[in-house]
Amino acid sequence: MTTLDAPRHDILDTTATGDNYLTHSRGFLSWALTLDHKRIGVMYMVAVLCSFFLGGVFALLLRTELLTPGRTIVDADTYNQFFTLHGAIMVFLVIIPSIPAALGNFVLPIMLGAKDVAFPRLNLASFYLWIGGAIFTLYSLAVGGFDTGWTFDTPYSTTTTAGGVIPVLMGVFILGFSSIFTGLNFIVTIHKLRPPGMTWFKMPLFLWALYSTALIQVLATPVLAITLCLLIVERTLNIGIFNPSMGGDPVLYQHFFWFYSHPAVYIMIVPAMGIISEIIAVHSHRHIFGYTYIAFSSVAIAMFSFIVWGHHMFTSGQSGVMNTIFSLISFSVGIPSAVKTFNWVMTLYKGTISLTAPMCYGLAFLFLFTIGGLTGLHCATLATDVHLHDTYFVVAHFHYVMMGSALIAMIGGLHHWWPKMTGRMYHEGTGIAGCIIIFVGFNMTFFTQFMLGSQGMPRRYYDYQPEFQTYHIVSTIGAYIMAAGFVTTAVCLMQSLMSGRRAPANPWGGRSLEWQCASPPRHDNFEHPPTVGDCYDFTPVVWDERQQGYVVDRALDTHIPHGKSPNTGGHQ
Amino acid sequence: MSHTDPSPHSAAHATDQPLVGHLVPVRILISTAAALLALTIITVAVRYIDVGEFNVWVAIGIAVVKAALVATFFMHLKWDRPFNVLVFVGCTLFVVLMIAFCVLDTSQYRDTQFTGNPPMAQETLDANAPGAPITQKKADINR
Repeated sequence: MTTLDAPRHDILDTTATGDNYLTHSRGFLSWALTLDHKRIGVMYMVAVLCSFFLGGVFALLLRTELLTPGRTIVDADTYNQFFTLHGAIMVFLVIIPSIPAALGNFVLPIMLGAKDVAFPRLNLASFYLWIGGAIFTLYSLAVGGFDTGWTFDTPYSTTTTAGGVIPVLMGVFILGFSSIFTGLNFIVTIHKLRPPGMTWFKMPLFLWALYSTALIQVLATPVLAITLCLLIVERTLNIGIFNPSMGGDPVLYQHFFWFYSHPAVYIMIVPAMGIISEIIAVHSHRHIFGYTYIAFSSVAIAMFSFIVWGHHMFTSGQSGVMNTIFSLISFSVGIPSAVKTFNWVMTLYKGTISLTAPMCYGLAFLFLFTIGGLTGLHCATLATDVHLHDTYFVVAHFHYVMMGSALIAMIGGLHHWWPKMTGRMYHEGTGIAGCIIIFVGFNMTFFTQFMLGSQGMPRRYYDYQPEFQTYHIVSTIGAYIMAAGFVTTAVCLMQSLMSGRRAPANPWGGRSLEWQCASPPRHDNFEHPPTVGDCYDFTPVVWDERQQGYVVDRALDTHIPHGKSPNTGGHQ
Repeated sequence: MSHTDPSPHSAAHATDQPLVGHLVPVRILISTAAALLALTIITVAVRYIDVGEFNVWVAIGIAVVKAALVATFFMHLKWDRPFNVLVFVGCTLFVVLMIAFCVLDTSQYRDTQFTGNPPMAQETLDANAPGAPITQKKADINR
């Protein structure tokens, strides 16, 4: 609950001089060697969106192949590579880094009123590690691809003849370090660089979400790195670790893999929840309901995420005792998730809702996350999961969570902070149209897959029974519609760069610190150290006709006594 | 930092320079190293006393004490903020949790596992096939 009440002339001065992080220095090297968190965030965003395009192309190809039973456009082996590449790219190159590394990098230090993250060089190193990981992943395509699925399950991954398995394992290993560096940086930044007066419970909820995410990144990712190393060792040196034909234990591999990869789901969804907390509060112009509960539920989800991994393994050969334990614990994740959802809905209640493009994504998130979350309960129930496991029901469930929730929130966040990042406003109508098309296409694509799965259509299959074809056709048409929605959104945002009107410092009426510096921000973010108030108290936020944006009227702010410094000190 | 020690800090205060880190007196460092060496000797010694499966637990117990000594004195946790202790203990708990769950699970289904290659497969596997057991490699057969 923090805000900067910067004098208005500061903002005007900054904008007038034209000095911002985009124009501060020029040339390729000024970007390639930059230590500015904003530029690194923008580079991450461009890289992630390029990967998203690539992963999306593979998605469309595999959906096209599934239009008809048997061969439609490619053979079975190529199809295996398509879904593997789609999954690996979307998980490791897109969703995991999209919010923390791209949006988080840009927003986190500004929300703290800081000039940069705690370790700017580590931040740049993290980006280049991401590039290195992406190169290895692409290189795997050149040396034969890989068809293991994104989970690299043994013993298939140690025995398949596909030549790209080891390069992609190396790629994911390197991407993991990129993720750890980002997480470490964010933890230290939030601990050490909070401004005077911004205690833990005065932080914006997006920062609580990023902090919880960073904890997971730092604690869980090393386990993935070690597991992948063991896999490489087994594949190259024929040492029996996971392969049963060499005395290994494939169930152990799944324990190790999911110990990371289930928390990885929360690396994707927890920061998305943080974005939604910001969007819902700012665009409802109403104080967030249940701040403390939302903050603690982020940490609770992070903690729970480490003790539920076995629900991915109910049919893997995992023992009955562990199945029961993991099933019981898995239900507990529903509690903090529901706490958040109810608090968001209560924030909307009696709010002054602006139906902007970010808010449309926020509302879409609420709808899709509810479906994704509730269907998770079916998967956590032992008896139903035996039927649903490895069917399209699971595919639909995790797409509602990973794409319908995490990616939708990321795009919502991109729209929310786009004016801040670029200094340009996009066409609101086109942005909303893109959101609606994506929403319709998404539900056509994946809701049908709930039906497919509950009727027994297994996931990752090239061929299927003719009675499933109608669902597959609807699902594929939905995927094309969704692609059209993303193209609409991309055109909207690109067009704003060329001809969008200049963005004011505070176009939506937010009160956290990033809305009080110029759009785009100065190289060092703030001309004067910010002062702190309640970042979800929108009472003093008023529309300024001259700026065509919102400003904070200090006279209306009940939290900062006039004539006194609001700085109370006391950060850890 | 509850621990006070002599010259380096005083000098730092005097020159108004930021403190680089905490200095542990040599006496404590040597005592800790001696304790670690003694515990290593004890670890080896108890190996000759057969107490059945408790041998493992004794070894793990000594290892935990040694790790605690390293963390407390060599890693300066004794003088750090309590939050760092919380982080350290929390991380350790997660490792223990992961291993405990994995061990609990494998102990449940261990009886259903084949050790090495399944019977029949062992005979039909080529001696140099990737999945062949090391003892069956061609070099061993020739010998």
